Amino acid sequence: MATSSKPTTRSGRRGLTASTERPRTATTPAGGRQVIEFRGVSKLYAGDVGLDQATFSIERGEFVFLVGSTGSGKSTVMRLLIKELEPTSGAIRVAGHDLSQIDRKRVPFFRRNVGVVFQDFKLLPHRTVYDNVAYALQVTGGSRKEIRAKVPDILRLTGLATKLHNFPDQLSGGEQQRVSIARAFVNHPPLLLADEPTGNLDPQTSIDIMRLLYRINRTGTTVLVATHDQAMVDKMRRRVLELSRGRIVRDEAAGLYTRDETTRDLARRLRAPSTRPPGL
Amino acid sequence: MRIGFFLREALRAMRRSAAPSFAALATVLVTLLVLGVFIPIVQATKGAANSVRSRVEVDVYMKTNASSADETRVRSELLSVPHVRSIQLVSKATAYTQQSKIDPAAYRLLGANPLPDTFHVIPDNPANVLGVQHSLTTGGSQGGILDSTIQSVSNKRTDTRKILQVTNLVTITAAALTVLLTIASVLLIANTIRLSLYARRREVEVMKLVGATDWFIRWPFVIEGVIVGAAGALLAIAVLGVTKVALLDPLANNWSLIAAPRTIPFTALVAVLVGAGVLVSALGSGLSLRRFLRV
Repeated sequence: MATSSKPTTRSGRRGLTASTERPRTATTPAGGRQVIEFRGVSKLYAGDVGLDQATFSIERGEFVFLVGSTGSGKSTVMRLLIKELEPTSGAIRVAGHDLSQIDRKRVPFFRRNVGVVFQDFKLLPHRTVYDNVAYALQVTGGSRKEIRAKVPDILRLTGLATKLHNFPDQLSGGEQQRVSIARAFVNHPPLLLADEPTGNLDPQTSIDIMRLLYRINRTGTTVLVATHDQAMVDKMRRRVLELSRGRIVRDEAAGLYTRDETTRDLARRLRAPSTRPPGL
Repeated sequence: MRIGFFLREALRAMRRSAAPSFAALATVLVTLLVLGVFIPIVQATKGAANSVRSRVEVDVYMKTNASSADETRVRSELLSVPHVRSIQLVSKATAYTQQSKIDPAAYRLLGANPLPDTFHVIPDNPANVLGVQHSLTTGGSQGGILDSTIQSVSNKRTDTRKILQVTNLVTITAAALTVLLTIASVLLIANTIRLSLYARRREVEVMKLVGATDWFIRWPFVIEGVIVGAAGALLAIAVLGVTKVALLDPLANNWSLIAAPRTIPFTALVAVLVGAGVLVSALGSGLSLRRFLRV
């Protein structure tokens, strides 16, 4: 996957307000390289600041961490991206679509282009693993044939081939999160959002989940992961956006990461006893 | 594929949340039972009120010495009075046998028959009875009584008024009760459905986040409503049917109110109940879901 991006344009620390000299390629429609663009986005919750003039963009094929303490606005960004919330001001574009232009009726169709993984998995409790993943295809009107072809495939990819007929409450947390990722990715959306995907998991399982997300990223899917697992972020050495009280306070490509690192190499590095990566 | 999918989804939902589904079904059943009993009762009451009203009439008493020729003449005169639907002659002899049955001792004492020939004059509409009575008492020459052989015309002005008022009241009360009961049924069923939906609101939220359209989520719920409504209605009808055959039909031979011919036919009642059950629960499911779809 040739996911060309220029880390150099983003490297280096940024001030509290993101600079404006960023090239505005997002104004071109769907074909543009930017998958996500936030321009001066604010969100107020009954007077409280959820997000304050956030401006950033993420290019196709990137793997980006969104970090910050609780209440810093990570979840707000995620929920804005799937149009679960409306921004108070500012413009959001996802894959060339201005979100304010999508009316209520077309929101479901928009959401099919964005896979979402949640901290609490949000699986349908009374359906098997297979049916949970199949539901995402049924929603799009997928035929039975298509479902029979795609679901076992994606479950094999996520390492759940033996758990097809288990119900979510029979699975471990890591396995449930894998189901959730399989469901988010079965439609092969161009963008995958993960909101604290490892928040409920132990370190070893977290590494497996990150590895899985990285593998998905290697297929060309843009991945945005919100987390407060600082150690994990340090080890992964990907681009990091940091939020603090609703403001973007850091936007950097953490170190010189190798884009074409294999998942195996990544996993080996993640499991290694923590050595601060160079450049941090 | 789509319809099959929605149907399977609905059945799956009912199987795993059996208790709320059963509660909804029981609510529909009980409500329809009450409705199914109440509709015929209201109609029987209205029928009874109507038959009372239809007995509103004017009695014309002949002079005791009137001949049969007089009677024939009076009969045709009465028929030509406006708003008269029919007349009925009760002859002296008939009246005597009727009355002496009621109080044999008194009539045996009397010896002779003191009763006159009587015409029962029935107006085309109970409300016209006073007009008819007026034309009978003033329709003759010089504004007098209609015919010289008529002794008197009954004056049941106050009785008639009362009957008309009471029957009107009965009809209005019955209608009001029907409306109230219907509203109560709809609210009760809607509330039960709401409760069972509330238990599944998290699931609906997840479906929305995965990208399901509102109708994709809603159809299984509507179908579930139809199934629950139809099942409840059919059970209610079965109970009503058994009750009718086992209890009402034998009684109807002895009790005229039950046999009142104007109650709704059983097949029509079945149609009304099934229609109401299905419609209310399907609409209830579809509409109650709206709140949880706002994600």
